[in-house]
Amino acid sequence: MKSLFKDLDFMQMRQFGTLFGLIALCVLFTILSPHFLSTSNLLNVAQQSAIIAVISVGMTFVIITAGIDLSVGSVLAFSGVVMASVLHAGLPIPVGILVGFAVGFSCGLVNGLLVTYGNIPPFIATLGMMSIARGAGLWYTDGRPISGFDDSFRFLANGEIFHIPVPVIIMVVVYAIAHFVLTRTKMGRYTYAIGGNVEAAKLSGINIKLYLNIIYGIAGLLSALGAVMLTARLNSAQPIAGIMYELDAIAATVIGGTSLFGGKGTVVGTLIGALIIGVLRNGLNLLGVSSFIQQIVIGSVIIGAILLDTNLKKSKA
Amino acid sequence: MPDSDYILEMKKIRKQFPGVLALDDVDFDLKPGEVHVLLGENGAGKSTLMKILSGAYSKDSGDIYINGKKTEIGTPANAQGLGIGIIYQEFNLNPYMSVAENIFMGREPAILPGVINWPRLYRDAQAILDGLNVKISAKQKVESLGVAMQQMVEVAKALSLDARILIMDEPTASLSNNEIESLFQTILDLKKQGVAIIYISHRLQEIFEIGDRVTVLRDGQYIGTKPASEITRNDMVKMMVNRSLDDHIPKQKAKVGDVVLKVENLNVEQRLKDISFELRTGEVLGIAGLMGAGRTRLAKTLFGAETIKSGTILINGKKLELKSPRDAINAGIGLVTEDRKHEGLVLDLPVKQNISMPNIRKFLRRGVINFKKENAVVDEYIDKLKIKTPTRNKLCVNLSGGNQQKVVLSKWLCSDAKIFIFDEPTRGIDVGAKTEIYHLMNELTANGIAIIMISSEMPEILGMSDRILVMRDGRIEAEIPGEKATQEQIMKYALGEPYEISV
Repeated sequence: MKSLFKDLDFMQMRQFGTLFGLIALCVLFTILSPHFLSTSNLLNVAQQSAIIAVISVGMTFVIITAGIDLSVGSVLAFSGVVMASVLHAGLPIPVGILVGFAVGFSCGLVNGLLVTYGNIPPFIATLGMMSIARGAGLWYTDGRPISGFDDSFRFLANGEIFHIPVPVIIMVVVYAIAHFVLTRTKMGRYTYAIGGNVEAAKLSGINIKLYLNIIYGIAGLLSALGAVMLTARLNSAQPIAGIMYELDAIAATVIGGTSLFGGKGTVVGTLIGALIIGVLRNGLNLLGVSSFIQQIVIGSVIIGAILLDTNLKKSKA
Repeated sequence: MPDSDYILEMKKIRKQFPGVLALDDVDFDLKPGEVHVLLGENGAGKSTLMKILSGAYSKDSGDIYINGKKTEIGTPANAQGLGIGIIYQEFNLNPYMSVAENIFMGREPAILPGVINWPRLYRDAQAILDGLNVKISAKQKVESLGVAMQQMVEVAKALSLDARILIMDEPTASLSNNEIESLFQTILDLKKQGVAIIYISHRLQEIFEIGDRVTVLRDGQYIGTKPASEITRNDMVKMMVNRSLDDHIPKQKAKVGDVVLKVENLNVEQRLKDISFELRTGEVLGIAGLMGAGRTRLAKTLFGAETIKSGTILINGKKLELKSPRDAINAGIGLVTEDRKHEGLVLDLPVKQNISMPNIRKFLRRGVINFKKENAVVDEYIDKLKIKTPTRNKLCVNLSGGNQQKVVLSKWLCSDAKIFIFDEPTRGIDVGAKTEIYHLMNELTANGIAIIMISSEMPEILGMSDRILVMRDGRIEAEIPGEKATQEQIMKYALGEPYEISV
């Protein structure tokens, strides 16, 4: 064991820990329920986790910069209803989706501008946006859902390519791109640098404001992608969709080892974190555990993961 | 036996920090009702000595006697109990609470356990304030007070603790002339009441006005104590700086070439006034001055991190538009900051990421980082600068100070900087690594690189500089050729006292 872990830094160790937790959960549920370990159930878990997982990517970027985005759920709802209205107006599907993306990106950009030029703490800026986007969605629709879409649009939720559900494919593609960006591009390096020490980043010639705006914009854009997936699945865009999604996304990110203090984290960890939450929900459902108790379990897992995290780090230092 | 005419005697106080002996068997004593001035350059050991007295640091050896009785201070709470009060430059007040609450914070008079006796709180606080002859109400919020009055609240707080020994750390640094007058009046009143005051200041003039005795420290050593009435300015400066300079600074003069940087009438709001100088290739331009003289501000300004009000900066004769650090980096300037941990490095990222941070564009191929190229370049610098790290992936937080400094240097070597600005290049670095940094500077100048070196360490300034600028109050006070400069000359310009130079 020792030789295996010798060359790993803390982040890698942490990721192995999370992965180990996910596997342990799967083993546990396999023993407890005969229905858990099957291709169809596991794909089901992946599919149900996909939307939160996609939103969590944006959250991970934001949290690595030592920020937070509380508005992702509301932005999802707002961009969803705007996209739906465009589709209902008879415009082509790609146009509707692009309009939804534009709405999501704009909301995120406003967050970014408030943080960078308004000097407002991210918590407050996105808390405001959380309320504004929610209200905008309700106002735009008069509080009513917009329902009924073409099968070609619903394919984005129900379709399969090579027997793999489309949402899972979307999720995997988003994670692949995000992982690439974080590890192999200038923007990824700058994301860590800004979160790790904003002063040093500034004095290394990094344009902090530019990159923060891009990152908050991307978080909004990914919320809009979540809206496409959710609307296609429910065959309905609802102005009250996505409530509490921000908390699930933060939970997935944090369980995945991203530090709320910034500078540390990976999207691979976040994916594992999102899957842990998905597996927990699915497994507890299969065991017939009430949804009330499920919330208690998930809350405990979040706290447990962080307890382990901080105390392991302390003992290592 | 210690003489109990003294309220305080500190004998052979010793304190070792990693890599530096901060206090080397220092003596200090204090009589009731006197103002004893503690004088010394930045880093002479004044603060360390006072922190030991106020219980913030523990001493390694030596004895402290209070009223002739041997005493262990140990903790700040203990120091308070012993009647030692300290007023830092940065006040420890809660701005949103009343003056009275601040004075009696944690010791509020109570009616019942946990229930504050407000009338008494205000009455007691007002009595202390009146005793100090200051016209503020105990009910006022601290945030509504000016700096001078906030300082008085600190004094009142110390007195409420029955302080018999009051430490004042540069109390006049941010006061106007009128405010200084009234502070001095307060100090005289306190003296009459038998309070002993330890007074730290760089303003020599004040020493003659209110000081009774002066003790000078230099490089952690006790230099001497004299009555203020028998000491002259020149004596004080001599005592502060008169160290032997056989120091191990391995300066190698390089060929000084053309002007690379020319600064003309540079002004930064409130901070820098009419700065003009030239810098040549192969040259080390030392910048000396006391803390707060504007040296770091100048460095940051040249690096594009401050807003320039007016003035021009020319690089190789071409005007430089300086709006951000990126502009400075592109123009070939590198800044090795004073504060490595907060400004120079991202400590929680590996050596590799830190070195390539300003240089990542160099390693991009179609927008993607070429790891092979990046690793090769990073390894080259680790090798060349002898950075002691097992791998390039080691987090910077785990490196020693000297090695961290080399990582910062690598950043700018890699960015092909032609002008290096070093701000306190060897602060917090052990002796061996210091020498290495000097050798690296020699190597840089030998390669035609120009260096601006800000330093508070006299031997470093005198040993490494080809020319020296002395700054004071945001201005360049003097320019001195390196070989002609003396410690006294630099200190006198830095202090800004009238002085005839005899060359």
